[in-house]
Amino acid sequence: MVYENPDGVMIGLEIHVQLNKLATKLFCGCSTDYHTSEPNTHVCPVCMGLPGCLPVLNKRAVEYAIRIGLALNCEIVEQTQFHRKNYYYPDLPKGFQTTQYDYPIVSDGRVVIEGEDGEHVVRIRRAHMEEDPGRLMHMGTIDRSRGTLIDYNRSGMALIEIVSEPDMRSPREARRFLDKLRNILEYLDVFDSTLEGSMRVDANISIAGGDRTEVKNISSHKGAERALLYEIMRQKNIKRRGEEVVMETRHFDEARGVTISMRTKEEEHDYRYFPEPDLVPMRVGSWVEGILETLPELPDARRSRFISDYGMVDTHAKALTSDIRVADFYEEVASKVDPAAAAVWVSDVLKGELNYRDLTVASFTVEDMVKIIELVVSGKVTEKAAVEIIRTILDEGGSPMDIVKEKGLLKVEGDVVDQAVEAVLKENPQALEDYFAGKEKSLNFLVGQVMKKTRGRADARSVREMMLEEIDKNYR
Amino acid sequence: MLEGLSDLKNKIGSSSAEDVVASYLERIEKSDINAFTCIAEDAIDQARKVDSLDIEGPLAGVPIAIKDNISTKGLSTTCSSAILDGYVPPYDAHVIERLRKAGAVIIGKSNMDEFGMGTSTETSTYGPTLNPWDAERVAGGSSGGSAAAVAAGQVPVSLGSDTGGSVRCPAAFCGTVGLKPTYGAVSRYGLVSYANSLEQIGPLANRVEDVAALMDVIGTYDNRDSTCVKHNAGYTDALQDDVEGLKIGVPAEYFGEGIDDNVQKLVWEAIGKFEDMGAEYTKVSMPNTPYALAAYYIIAMSEASSNLARFDGTRYGNRSEGENWHMMASKTRQEKFGAEVKRRILLGTYALSAGYHDKYYLKALKVRTLVKQDFERAFEDVDVLMAPTMPTPAFKIGEKMDDPLSLYLSDVNTVPINLAGVPSISVPCGFSEGLPVGLQVIGNYFDEATILKAAHSFEKNTNHHTKLAPGVV
Amino acid sequence: MITKEQVEHIGWLARVNIDEEDAFEFASELSTVLDYFGQLDEVETSGVKPTYHVADVMNVFREDKPTDSLEQAAILANAEDIQEGYIKTPKII
Repeated sequence: MVYENPDGVMIGLEIHVQLNKLATKLFCGCSTDYHTSEPNTHVCPVCMGLPGCLPVLNKRAVEYAIRIGLALNCEIVEQTQFHRKNYYYPDLPKGFQTTQYDYPIVSDGRVVIEGEDGEHVVRIRRAHMEEDPGRLMHMGTIDRSRGTLIDYNRSGMALIEIVSEPDMRSPREARRFLDKLRNILEYLDVFDSTLEGSMRVDANISIAGGDRTEVKNISSHKGAERALLYEIMRQKNIKRRGEEVVMETRHFDEARGVTISMRTKEEEHDYRYFPEPDLVPMRVGSWVEGILETLPELPDARRSRFISDYGMVDTHAKALTSDIRVADFYEEVASKVDPAAAAVWVSDVLKGELNYRDLTVASFTVEDMVKIIELVVSGKVTEKAAVEIIRTILDEGGSPMDIVKEKGLLKVEGDVVDQAVEAVLKENPQALEDYFAGKEKSLNFLVGQVMKKTRGRADARSVREMMLEEIDKNYR
Repeated sequence: MLEGLSDLKNKIGSSSAEDVVASYLERIEKSDINAFTCIAEDAIDQARKVDSLDIEGPLAGVPIAIKDNISTKGLSTTCSSAILDGYVPPYDAHVIERLRKAGAVIIGKSNMDEFGMGTSTETSTYGPTLNPWDAERVAGGSSGGSAAAVAAGQVPVSLGSDTGGSVRCPAAFCGTVGLKPTYGAVSRYGLVSYANSLEQIGPLANRVEDVAALMDVIGTYDNRDSTCVKHNAGYTDALQDDVEGLKIGVPAEYFGEGIDDNVQKLVWEAIGKFEDMGAEYTKVSMPNTPYALAAYYIIAMSEASSNLARFDGTRYGNRSEGENWHMMASKTRQEKFGAEVKRRILLGTYALSAGYHDKYYLKALKVRTLVKQDFERAFEDVDVLMAPTMPTPAFKIGEKMDDPLSLYLSDVNTVPINLAGVPSISVPCGFSEGLPVGLQVIGNYFDEATILKAAHSFEKNTNHHTKLAPGVV
Repeated sequence: MITKEQVEHIGWLARVNIDEEDAFEFASELSTVLDYFGQLDEVETSGVKPTYHVADVMNVFREDKPTDSLEQAAILANAEDIQEGYIKTPKII
């Protein structure tokens, strides 16, 4: 099956990733740990752009950039430098952004995603290092604001801007690319996606026969998909009316789910790039080998290893490795209980319950998961009861054993079930008759009645077997 | 002759730093040459601290004037611009940290051309500094206050900064010694950038040995300036009265059209003096010199247009009213920058803008390469180069203010040195109609030792530096 | 020759507001200087590399070790308008 891409959609993404696992900013020693701090408390003369201050490059930021480049199968530049990108905005303390221009630190890479029709390659054009501006708060909405408040704590944070080729053919592919990218970056231990503003996306999008537009201000992966769906619809409508899509920058309004034209005088740019005289060139080609040696295991490799080491199916391996926290959680659990059972319980049950509640695996302990799997495997609780334990822990808290006791979830003895089966058959002659008449569903009803009587502590599969045995023995 | 650092050391030893600093403050009080933008209110306290703690740093108790573009914690730093009037930095420049550690007393901030953009200190928002030798004439620039204060005996030493001659020009005009170190020899951390690929902080004094002593203090490696270079210092150690066998190159291009006859004569006399002292000279050719001025101004203005972008009225400095942020910034910059600063920002913006970047900016950087190669070639054959620092003695206040280009042309002999990044010192070499004239001694990269030695020997064998400006006692 | 409109455009790029009457004067002054700069056209520079940095220095880095930030009060002391620890400016658009 080949994806036809009926509208000729081409999506390219520019992703700003904050290297928030660094201890300090890109050009000064200010701590990156500002997310819960008062405004303007993680700033110094350098990141505040005070007159006379000079930048000094964080070596580890360069190593992280190379690490990312290698993980994205990129070429690493032999020699490079920083440029100034000149424009005026209140969040930009120096009146220019220190960034890279003609020689990005890495370029020409590729990422394989699950596309509309199987494996799909998204090419990476380049990725470069730059500094983050401060953060603006508009008093009111951006267009009807009474004033602007500025917090420079974010100013000078190290960013990697990753630019893809326009290789994505649908908003869903764009989202998958973003998910994959986030996953890879977290495996690299350069970035924590849970911190606010850690990944920001601009999207270029066009449909067949039209110019492309750039959509800015996308702050989540869901947002990216929504913004792109909206923008495709908008462009298709323009085309339907016989008009032309004009090349422009549009702002995504997350609350309303629409994109808004941003064409104002302020947006006219001539960035006047030139090499930053305050920073000297760097020659880093020789670092590549050393960094390659210390590159951690990446998602695709871990997925293969899970299949071979733990004997799980690929769908489980994929689900478990698509988030490093889940993968780490799984491996801890699997070291203590049967890995096959752990794969089922973590990927099929726990992940689903977490997603449903918008929680991460951090909300669940390895110890609880191990205990629950032990209870199931030893036959002390039913699978249904185990699910209930997980749900209770997530919703109300508590330990597995306390929940088992409180809710009386220990599996009931065989004779209790026997009695329940006998009783149900006596009480429901019509259902039995229907069953004999060929209605398979009636049997399900009868099993359900037994489950009800035993308050769910019986195992549904064995109830069914007992029921059939009893019917054969006494009712035929 | 004015007191030097060794005289001061004795004086402080026999009386106190407080007395010495007080006597300098008194001279500043009495003066009307407008050399300072502000006086440190704690100057006497700093001196008392030296006395009471018996601080023994190499500059213990020595009062020093700091150009107003060097960041001083707790002391106003305005770059002589209305946009920064009232700005008090929360941090010290590297050189200030070093000076404080050495026991120096920061006595005040010296007047300058606004952001260093000028050759006469006339573009200062606080008005021009007057030349101590003739109050109708400029002190030179942009470090005019630093040079005039030294020449008028208001401080024994000062710091300036030199982007295209801003230390050497006022040194020449005021009859003092001024050194522009090799690019990378002194940390720029805390120096408010005008054209950051060209400029260095440099000392001014009445004696070469005092300039060397200051370099020993400020010329240390600093990892906060990525362009700072680790190098062997020992500036004072280089001071020997010995130029026997020194090979001097005299570039004909520095004696061309526009160079005053008297100035040429005095510089040739100085070269003759060096011959008497055992040095030898040859004429050298530096063919790209005529293009250096245009290349310099394009590069300086381009960098300036970016360096001065931060002055938008948001985080520090003064602000004008505007209906939105962009208008506020735009009005602030219209109203608080002086005319020359605006001209340079506009020209620099133009030179970097789409369609003109290659014609102006990139071309200038290529010419810079050629100018640099001129120096590299010359230094294959000679130890130092000698030339007039300035084409003329100090000109009259107001004379060139209406014609920016004529002002730029007076930098013709100083800017090539900044393009190449080599060190250069200006020393007094005589007087033309009562006005001081400077001899420029240019050295190879990080070879300050040789030019300091040459300048020191010249000083030891001449008496130009002993003459006092009128009214100075 | 640079025009009044060009001056205004550059003025906007550089965020230097320029009044109508000043634009003409700037246009003439800037043209004079740009004419002078034009002399560089005479210089043969094919094959010449630009010099961005005179010092032959490379690979200058800092270790990823935190240093003290400034006190909030010290940072805000020089700002004209502040509110609850933020720096306040007019609205953007």
